[in-house]
Amino acid sequence: MSSDRIKIVWIYPDLLSTYGDQGNVIVLERRAALRGIFTDTVHVRSDESVPVDGDIYLMGGGEDRPQILAAQRLRNDGGLHRAVEYGSVVFAVCAGYQLLGTEFGGEEGQPVAGLGLLDMRSGRGQKRSVGEIAGDVDPALGVPMITGFENHQGITRLGPGVRPLAKTRVGVGNGDGTEGAYRGHVVGTYMHGPALVRNPALADLLLRWVVGRELERIDDSWAGRLREERLATVLPA
Amino acid sequence: MSDLPVRAQLAAALGRTASKMSRLAGRGDGSVIGGRVGLALDPELLRRLAADRRLVLVSATNGKTTTTRLIASALRVRGDVATNAFGANMPSGHVLALAQAPTAPYAVLECDEKYVPMVLAETGAGIVALMNLSRDQMDRAAEIWLLAGKWRKALDGAATHVVANCDDPLVTWGAGAAKSVTWVSAGQHWREDSWCCPECGGPLDREGVHWKCRECHFARPKPDWILHADRITTPRGRTYELSLQLPGRANRSNAVIALAVAAQLGLEPEEVLPRLAEVTSVAGRYTTVEHQGRQLRLLLAKNPAGWLEAFDVLAPPPGPVALSINAQGPDGRDTSWLWDVDYRVLRGRPVWATGERRLDLAARLEAADVRFTIVEDIDEAIMAVGPGRLDVIANYTAFQQIRTRYGRVV
Repeated sequence: MSSDRIKIVWIYPDLLSTYGDQGNVIVLERRAALRGIFTDTVHVRSDESVPVDGDIYLMGGGEDRPQILAAQRLRNDGGLHRAVEYGSVVFAVCAGYQLLGTEFGGEEGQPVAGLGLLDMRSGRGQKRSVGEIAGDVDPALGVPMITGFENHQGITRLGPGVRPLAKTRVGVGNGDGTEGAYRGHVVGTYMHGPALVRNPALADLLLRWVVGRELERIDDSWAGRLREERLATVLPA
Repeated sequence: MSDLPVRAQLAAALGRTASKMSRLAGRGDGSVIGGRVGLALDPELLRRLAADRRLVLVSATNGKTTTTRLIASALRVRGDVATNAFGANMPSGHVLALAQAPTAPYAVLECDEKYVPMVLAETGAGIVALMNLSRDQMDRAAEIWLLAGKWRKALDGAATHVVANCDDPLVTWGAGAAKSVTWVSAGQHWREDSWCCPECGGPLDREGVHWKCRECHFARPKPDWILHADRITTPRGRTYELSLQLPGRANRSNAVIALAVAAQLGLEPEEVLPRLAEVTSVAGRYTTVEHQGRQLRLLLAKNPAGWLEAFDVLAPPPGPVALSINAQGPDGRDTSWLWDVDYRVLRGRPVWATGERRLDLAARLEAADVRFTIVEDIDEAIMAVGPGRLDVIANYTAFQQIRTRYGRVV
């Protein structure tokens, strides 16, 4: 057993938590605990300042208006930017993912300034993408295929400063055959809500980045069966 | 009805026939198909059928069907009531409900949240009751901030009276533009969707039932009716004991809304309370079914706020619980919401998990450190539980499957 201790910061659950986003917090806490890693989780509401000493920052999904408010407050706050400079891990889904870029589409599709933490810009697409999503993850990350549910109307163009998280097999993702983006330890995805539940290897990757070592194997049978079932329903046999 | 144009009469009659055939064919309550046939033949049908009635629309994320039933039960003291008792809450269901009771002077219509503006415009409803808004089936339903905005726009300047739950900030904002409002302190237990001011986006400061925005003028209005545990205080300051057969605090919230609506139509609490107390189950919800020496109590929970209320009425631990989750169209095809439900309250009970998405449920329960057994269906849970009582919580289509299996008791 190790004496690692990690601090998880859940950013703005009052604005960016629409559908099970808490699942990512729970999955990380649990997978850490099973390896004897202590976790402190801080819920930072949008009227509070973002601590700079977190190890993993999580951002969830949100409606248009809360997304715009979150962008304004996070830019003014600056805490997340500093944490990223210090090398902290960020995992953001859906609206939170769009926020990481330089720009995203507002209520009427108008461009709104994002956080500029990833070299990408998002806009509003013609129609909503709702359904299962699956894709082959960038081999550099050493993580098996991702599976999740997407529900958004965004189109995201990646700049040269980021790499796509995955190539889509099923679903829309960024809209150009790629899904999500990452640079260093900052990761975003259109898989919304509790994206880490069906992707335990991705959850472990985030934890490994923090503790800097390989993690013991744990019993993943339920998550594994759920993964298989979901992938089997969407991928051709 | 006889005043309706021939085409409308024909449309209404054909709708009723289609509905009956659907029911005979075992395809459900028939409430949707009948209305669809009618509306296809005469798009004006809803407007025509609603004319000259005292009409109440009831909308919310949770509690629509039950509150509709409570209000209808209260109004029957005065006369016939047309109502969509089976939760067919879109215009086709409204058409059928009205066509089936052509001479009823009253109508109480449960209305899907996003149809409120349209149905209000079509029916000219005299009263609109609005109770709560929370995250629900996001893959197909509108986002709730957007929804509240649509309510607000539809009610702005409308000649209708609104009865609204002022403990829910989003509902308060949606109802706030109406000309006349009865504010009811009906409670709010799920608060994860109301930490921000709907008016300006600022933080809401909350203390007990009270809330106000830290940055703008938006604040909880003073309630006319107050629900306090199982007592109700009326606008005139009189207090009544609320005794219901329907369990739980969510139903006490529904009841106080029903009392306020009935009062708006001239009924005193003394007349209404006994009617509310008679209601034992609503469209199969809260029904206890006898099966093989077990008493199954069926609870419907469709979203995180609904689960919170279902947990509130469970038999005390270690009472056994069976959970059934599907993700068909009406349930929402996305099961992410399971992670917004705090299943830790089920620790220390025997728990069976089933439904088409039982693996999603398994992953969730495991993460909550709840011990559970996966079963193929409710039958298997029933056999495992032994004689006695079993509480069953299911989401929409899972609930309907169980209802069909054990008899459509209403």
